[in-house]
Amino acid sequence: MALNVMAKAAGPIALDVAFQVAPGELLALVGHSGSGKTTVLRTIAGLWRPDVARVSVDGETWLDTAAGLCVAPHRRRVGIVFQNYALFPHMTAAQNVMAAMDRQNRQEAARILDLVNLHGLEDRKPAQLSGGQQQRVAVARALARRPQALLLDEPFSAVDGATREKLYAEIIALRAHLAMPVVLVTHDMNEAQMLADRMAVMAQGSLVHDGTTAEVMGNPDALHALGIREAGAMLLARVAEHLPDGLSRLETTSGSLFLPMVAAAPGVQVRVRIMAHDVILSRDAPVGLSAQNILAARITRMVAGTGPGVMVHLAVGEGEILARITRRAADQMGLQTGQHVHAILKSMSVARDHVAQTRTGA
Amino acid sequence: MDWSALFLSLRLAGWTVVILLPVSILMGRFLAHNRFRGKGVLEALIILPLVLPPTVLGFYLLVAFGRSSPIGQIWQDIFGQQLVFSFQGLVVASVIFNLPFAIQPAQRGFEGVAPEVREAAACCGLSPLRSLWKVELPLAWPGLMTAMVLTFAHTLGEFGIVLMVGGAIPGETKTIAISIYDSVQGFDDRGAAMMSAVLVAISLFAIAVTYALSARVGRRLS
Repeated sequence: MALNVMAKAAGPIALDVAFQVAPGELLALVGHSGSGKTTVLRTIAGLWRPDVARVSVDGETWLDTAAGLCVAPHRRRVGIVFQNYALFPHMTAAQNVMAAMDRQNRQEAARILDLVNLHGLEDRKPAQLSGGQQQRVAVARALARRPQALLLDEPFSAVDGATREKLYAEIIALRAHLAMPVVLVTHDMNEAQMLADRMAVMAQGSLVHDGTTAEVMGNPDALHALGIREAGAMLLARVAEHLPDGLSRLETTSGSLFLPMVAAAPGVQVRVRIMAHDVILSRDAPVGLSAQNILAARITRMVAGTGPGVMVHLAVGEGEILARITRRAADQMGLQTGQHVHAILKSMSVARDHVAQTRTGA
Repeated sequence: MDWSALFLSLRLAGWTVVILLPVSILMGRFLAHNRFRGKGVLEALIILPLVLPPTVLGFYLLVAFGRSSPIGQIWQDIFGQQLVFSFQGLVVASVIFNLPFAIQPAQRGFEGVAPEVREAAACCGLSPLRSLWKVELPLAWPGLMTAMVLTFAHTLGEFGIVLMVGGAIPGETKTIAISIYDSVQGFDDRGAAMMSAVLVAISLFAIAVTYALSARVGRRLS
């Protein structure tokens, strides 16, 4: 059963949101800092009470201001990972995890810590763990609660880039074990696109757009609140081989893609985030270019924004990518829906953390 | 050396600590976690015994506890004896003049527990009481320990208020601090020196214990 959230408040923190998250689904709540994302999460957990709100999960109502009902936070089965983890500093990793259990069980705690790759670190205090390890303890503690909803509040913002990539992969792998609705709050669009099934865009306390990840990332209106430079598409690809020159060859349904070394074994399926402003279009097959990736594409849609740009949606094989070019260029080239073009992408324009393994079965 | 005065002082300090421990936990936690109108006034009132001359506080307590006051009257009706010039009266006065020493460090201790750690405790399913026991007390503990050690040591040394409220009845209200004064008045310098040395030793021990414990806690957390 799904998580249903509705919240309205005038101030001091203005809110106007309503959304649903299905079991096993990961919704990314995105927006700039101060847009009210964390307040929504705190409302779900019971740490904040807006003027008018309804929160229910699994058919159980946690908060209904109209009916005067408000379940205390400790009576809600909610798992939350705080931005700074908020681990209990005087307890070991295992004790932190056990604190969230109804009946303390060391073996179960060890099992959950194994699940987040913390085997052998059960007896360390938080201060003796690295940032990434602390985050894993926080995730383990949230799961130990056997939550009906899992809430992640900017859980990757306090670790360095390399650790973050590793943690992304772990969360993606962990999702096979998660049957509950998951809400991820983040201001990092890449993170949202890599991890989420659906995205809800917030601006000034209001939900301005809610849709699948691909839909939101290609929609100039939705991106208005985030910055159009965040526009990008997700392309599914399979790692074919790692080349001796430091590139990896990926196989897509429309041909090969050469990217800087991808941290995944050959045969593994990955999602590649291709930023719309990194894609160049050409009507003729280009020759003499340094760019390694030239994909045959067909224009499916062209959406003009309010500025000088136009968002071109392209079908490449079975996938879709976006190209954000100037309206002037589109006019000069005479681009039209249905036309066949070549989409050009520099290998080096795809950042390392723009490639992530897909979850098994997705 | 007036042993009975020493034991009386230790008994007084012990009772004061026993009564003030729950008070400091409740008040310290309440003040640390809540913001409300008049909080500043309340905090100032708690601090007041720290800046008032002991004789002034003692005078007011004497008036408040006296047989002609409502408090003194009620006490007399219930227990059949007067509150002033009794050990019980001394305990009540001691609790009042130790409020700043007990509540302030406890409040600092509870303020040191990050709000999100308390929220995490709630989201882990810990009821407020279990959260206090399992998370907040273990983290605020150095502050509480400091509060109790300060209270204990301060009670042993208090002079002005004890003299005003208790008089100096041997075995009932004559504490070691008063006994030292009496010894000096009676030219018993040796007795005064010994009792003073005992007080110095107890104070040093109390401070050493506080430092050692907070250092241990510091290591435990870092």
